[in-house]
Amino acid sequence: MNAPLPVTPVASPGPPLWLLAEVTYRCPLHCAFCYNPVDFARHDSELATEDWLRVLREARAAGSVQCGFSGGEPLMRDDLEILVAEAHRLGFYTNLLTSGVGLDARRAQALREAGLDHIQLSFQDSTRELNDFLSHTRTFDLKQRVAGLIKHNGWPMVMNCVIHRLNIDYVENIIDMAVELGAEYLELANSQYYSWALLNRDQLMPSRAQLERAERIVNECRQRLGDRIRIFFVVPDYYETRPKKCMNGWGEVFLTVTPDGTALPCHTARMLPGLDFPNVRDMDVKSIWYGSEGFSRYRGDAWMKDPCRSCPDKEKDRGGCRCQAWMLAGDPAAADPVCDKSPHHSKVVQVVEQASDPGWKGGAKPLIFRDLRRSRELGALEKSAADG
Amino acid sequence: MSRENIAEAAGPLAGACPKVSRRFRLQWEEAQQSWVLLYPEGMVRLNRSAGEILRRCDGTRTLETIVGELEQSFGASDLTADVSAFIDMARQQQWLEARAGRP
Repeated sequence: MNAPLPVTPVASPGPPLWLLAEVTYRCPLHCAFCYNPVDFARHDSELATEDWLRVLREARAAGSVQCGFSGGEPLMRDDLEILVAEAHRLGFYTNLLTSGVGLDARRAQALREAGLDHIQLSFQDSTRELNDFLSHTRTFDLKQRVAGLIKHNGWPMVMNCVIHRLNIDYVENIIDMAVELGAEYLELANSQYYSWALLNRDQLMPSRAQLERAERIVNECRQRLGDRIRIFFVVPDYYETRPKKCMNGWGEVFLTVTPDGTALPCHTARMLPGLDFPNVRDMDVKSIWYGSEGFSRYRGDAWMKDPCRSCPDKEKDRGGCRCQAWMLAGDPAAADPVCDKSPHHSKVVQVVEQASDPGWKGGAKPLIFRDLRRSRELGALEKSAADG
Repeated sequence: MSRENIAEAAGPLAGACPKVSRRFRLQWEEAQQSWVLLYPEGMVRLNRSAGEILRRCDGTRTLETIVGELEQSFGASDLTADVSAFIDMARQQQWLEARAGRP
């Protein structure tokens, strides 16, 4: 374990503009790229309705303005309408991030009446569902029904599809389907490799040829479709040579509250060692944002080491992602190894080269799907490793 | 939906009264001391003059009215070109409805 670094607070961080309320880890789906923690089963004590209402009020008072209801599948909570109504009353712009499973006409109407501003509908896929989707069967029927509900209620329609080795060759089908369903925006976001996706990295990482072809097709589709739909395409970090400004800066914009009330600067930060993240049951949002060690640790640039400390881009990218630094370099204060200035960049290059090798067999390994039993097993493994 | 139909019915006069698009929500944010435009998972923070113009784009004021109000509020003159340029830009950004209602 690393010795604690001295905390140099940023003079005056702005407000937590974005509140991500992960209201539950429960989910009817089993996505192999899920970013919920692998040991989510250990964190099954969910905040009560009153706790969430208090969090919403405190966050709004601290300056939060965008509120995302996420999960797991947020529709698994039957008090979602109550939470949305309060968020709306407080002046939040409310977003529901859902797979659509559990959204029927009754709940859609209740959410509309609660003041929900927007639904982001994701295509979830396991391999079987991917087949369903590509053959326009079960999943297509569900999405069509939900897309109809979104349109009927006058919400703007944003569709999101996580892209990876197994579906990247079908981006054109996905785009055509989004257009057919009437989406105004489509996010084709390549999987990033955290949590469950990291377990499945061999199987999910696309080859360079796949990625280049997909980018070309997306550009052709943009030409062909013009203003009918706005398409965003996000490449995997591993294909970059400079890191992203993760979460738009640690503790600068984003506040995630997990189902059990843990407050995080990003939804995967719980994995980082040596950091004690506060819980909304014990601390109010303002104190968490401005006064907790967990939110201050990697704010600004005082914590940086070389090559970041002396890098001209350090304000631009803030050294990249702390979780990626921890996973790939073994040090959360290291440069994100996605950066080609990182001494660990070769690990990223190796993964990309491997995935791009036509003889690569890793892609054919069976996927590890997210489920409760597997989460318990993996959580126990992590715990015994930590105890040992 | 019905509002859009009314705007369409406004015919040749449409466009005279700029109106913030239904795709955005204009709102004063105390914590940021500024007007912001909110949209799905995003926000545009407006500077003072942009906020002062857009808050008047409610579909009831003509460009001339907006300019007049701003000139009076800020003790300025000859704001027409600046306001027009901003409104053109805002239309390109789709912050404003393509068709606007009549006064």
